[in-house]
Amino acid sequence: MLCFTREHEWISVTDDEEGTVGITDYAQKQLGDVVFVELPEVGSRLLQGAQAAVVESVKAASEVYAPASGEVIAVNTALAEDPARVNTDAMGAGWFFKIRLDDPGELAGLLSEGDYREHVEALH
Amino acid sequence: MATFSGNRGLQMEQPLIFEQGSPDRTAVDLPDVPAVGDRLGGLKRQQPVGLPGLSEPEVVRHYTRLSQKNYCIDSGLYPLGSCTMKHNPRLNEKLARLPGIGDLHPLQPVSTAQGALMIIDACARWLMALTGMPAVAMSPGAGAHGEFVGMAAIRAAHEDRGDARRRVLVPESAHGTNPATAVACGYAVEPIPANRRGRVDIGRLRAALAPDVAAIMVTNPNTCGLFETDILDIAAAAHDVGAYFYCDGANFNAIVGRVRPGDLGVDAMHINLHKTFSTPHGGGGPGSGPVVLSAALAPYAPVPYVVNEGDGLSLVEYAAASDGKPCGRIKGFHGQFGMFVRALAYMMSMGSDGLKQAATDAVINANYVMARLKDVMTPSFDGPCMHEALFDDRFLKGSEITTLDFAKALIDEGYHPMTVYFPLIVPGAMLIEPTETESRQSLDRFIDVMRALAARAVAGDAERFRNAPRFTPRRRLDETSAARHPVLRWRTPAVDRAAE
Repeated sequence: MLCFTREHEWISVTDDEEGTVGITDYAQKQLGDVVFVELPEVGSRLLQGAQAAVVESVKAASEVYAPASGEVIAVNTALAEDPARVNTDAMGAGWFFKIRLDDPGELAGLLSEGDYREHVEALH
Repeated sequence: MATFSGNRGLQMEQPLIFEQGSPDRTAVDLPDVPAVGDRLGGLKRQQPVGLPGLSEPEVVRHYTRLSQKNYCIDSGLYPLGSCTMKHNPRLNEKLARLPGIGDLHPLQPVSTAQGALMIIDACARWLMALTGMPAVAMSPGAGAHGEFVGMAAIRAAHEDRGDARRRVLVPESAHGTNPATAVACGYAVEPIPANRRGRVDIGRLRAALAPDVAAIMVTNPNTCGLFETDILDIAAAAHDVGAYFYCDGANFNAIVGRVRPGDLGVDAMHINLHKTFSTPHGGGGPGSGPVVLSAALAPYAPVPYVVNEGDGLSLVEYAAASDGKPCGRIKGFHGQFGMFVRALAYMMSMGSDGLKQAATDAVINANYVMARLKDVMTPSFDGPCMHEALFDDRFLKGSEITTLDFAKALIDEGYHPMTVYFPLIVPGAMLIEPTETESRQSLDRFIDVMRALAARAVAGDAERFRNAPRFTPRRRLDETSAARHPVLRWRTPAVDRAAE
C-alpha cells in the first residue's frame, strides 16, 4: 500500500507492517539537487508527524517527517555517498528509511496517490 | 575566446599564493640563524615550514588582484535582500580610527576609558530613543547573538516566576534564525503559516497561543518585505496568555524614525548595527547586535553594562554587583566597541530627521523598483511593499529558465544578484532590496537591465541564461558537486599525490 503526506513524504507498506519512507518526486523537484541527507538512527522510535530526517539541497534544508509511528529498522546508507539518488529515483532507490509500524491504523489519515496529486495541483 | 596567459584584459588569472611561491624568492633578507642549543628534544620540526617565497611586488599584486575580484557595496549596487547591504559612510571609519578610540585596550582601567564608556552609553541612549524601549543590552556580537540574548532573557523571566514554558511560535514569514534561536534556548518551535497577503495568519496564531507558550518571534517588516499590519493584535494576543513578544529587528532600517517598536508592544528586539546603522557588513564586519528590552525583561539583561550616574561612568561586570538578575555574560569584554563608534557617528551625523529620511528613501526605492518591474516580472503580493520588492518565478513559466539562471545572468551584467529562493513561502523567489544608498539614476540602470533580461527570458532566449555567467573567470560553477564533494582544505600537490 502506498500513502502520501501533505508534507510530501511517501510511505510504502508491506503486508507484514513494514513501511519504507521517502520524499516524493514533487518534493525533490522543488528542492533541486540534493546534496546531503541526515537519516534517523536504526533502533530509534519515531512518532507520526515528528521530525525523522533532514534533506539538504543547493537551495534549502528541509525536515522530513515520519508518516507513521514506529521503530526505525533500516536506513538507506547509500544516500550518504550518493544523495543524487533522491533526485534520480525519489520513489525508489532514493528511499530514506524503513520502520516497523506501531499502528497501521494511522495510515488511514494519510493521502492516497490520487488525493496527493490533487493536493500538489492545488499548490500551483 | 581563450588567451595564452589565462588573463582576459584586466581580469587576471590568479593562482593561490602557495602555488606561486618558490623557496628561492623572498621579500625579506634575514641574517643566517646562528646555531643555538634548544630544549625541544624530539619535538623539533623535521620538514620545512612550507611558507611561500615571493617578492614584495608579487605579494602586493596577489592581494590587490584578490581584492579586485570581490564585489561589494563599494563596487556596485547590491540588491541582496534580507540583509541591509547599505553604504558605510567614510566618516564612520575616520572616527573609529581616532587614536583615542582605535588604540584603546579593553583591560584598561575604567578611569582611563571614560570616553569609551560615554560612547557606549550615548549609543545605547540613541537606540532606546529610536525604539521607544527602556533598556538595551549592548554586548551581543551580531543579530542572531542578540536574538539569543533576548530569548535567554525571556526564559530567565519566566523561570524567575517559576513558570517554565515549553513552546515558541514562529511565523513562516520570520527570519530563519528565529526558530534556530528558540531551539538553542531549549524551546520547541511551532510554525505559524502566512496568510494570502504574506503576513502572519492571526487566526492560526491565536489558535496556537496557550499558557505554555513562552514567546512569539515575529520579524517586522517581515521577510516578504511587508509590514505586519496586525502587529498590535499579535502583541496583545501574546501578552494575554503571558507570553513575551520577540521582534526580529533585522529589517528595522525600513521603519527607523517612523515606528517605535516599544509602541507596538515589543518585549525584546535585536538591532543589527551592521545593517540599520551602516557599520560594515558582508565580510567586512564584525557585526553587532544590541537587543532592546521592555521593562519586564530589563532586569534580566546580561552583564556587562554601563552605568551613568553622578560622577563618571562605571561598568557592572558581575552578576553579584548588579541590581537586576542578569541572564549571564554572553561575550568577552564589552561588545563590538568599534561598531558602537561607527553606529553613533552615523546616527549623530544623520540626526533624527536624516534617519527618518533614510528609512523613507529605502522604502520608496524598493517601491520604485516594484513599480517599474511589475509589468514584466510577477510580484508575489499585491500592494506596496516596505524595504524589499518580492517577485516570484511565474513570469518565467514555460521558458525553461529558472530563478537561479536569471540571477546568474545578472552577474554577466555586472550586478550582484538579489536574494533568490527566499523567503521559502514564495516559489522561485527573487527579493530585491536596493536600500536608500542608491540614487534614482543608479536604480534606473539596474531596472533597465532587469527589464531587458526579463524580455529575453520571455522571448525564449534560454541559452543566455542557462550558461550564465559567461564573463566571469570560472563561468557557471557546479554548485551541486561543490556541495556534495566539498574540498575544505588546500594541500600541497606532494601531499595530494601521496594520498592518491
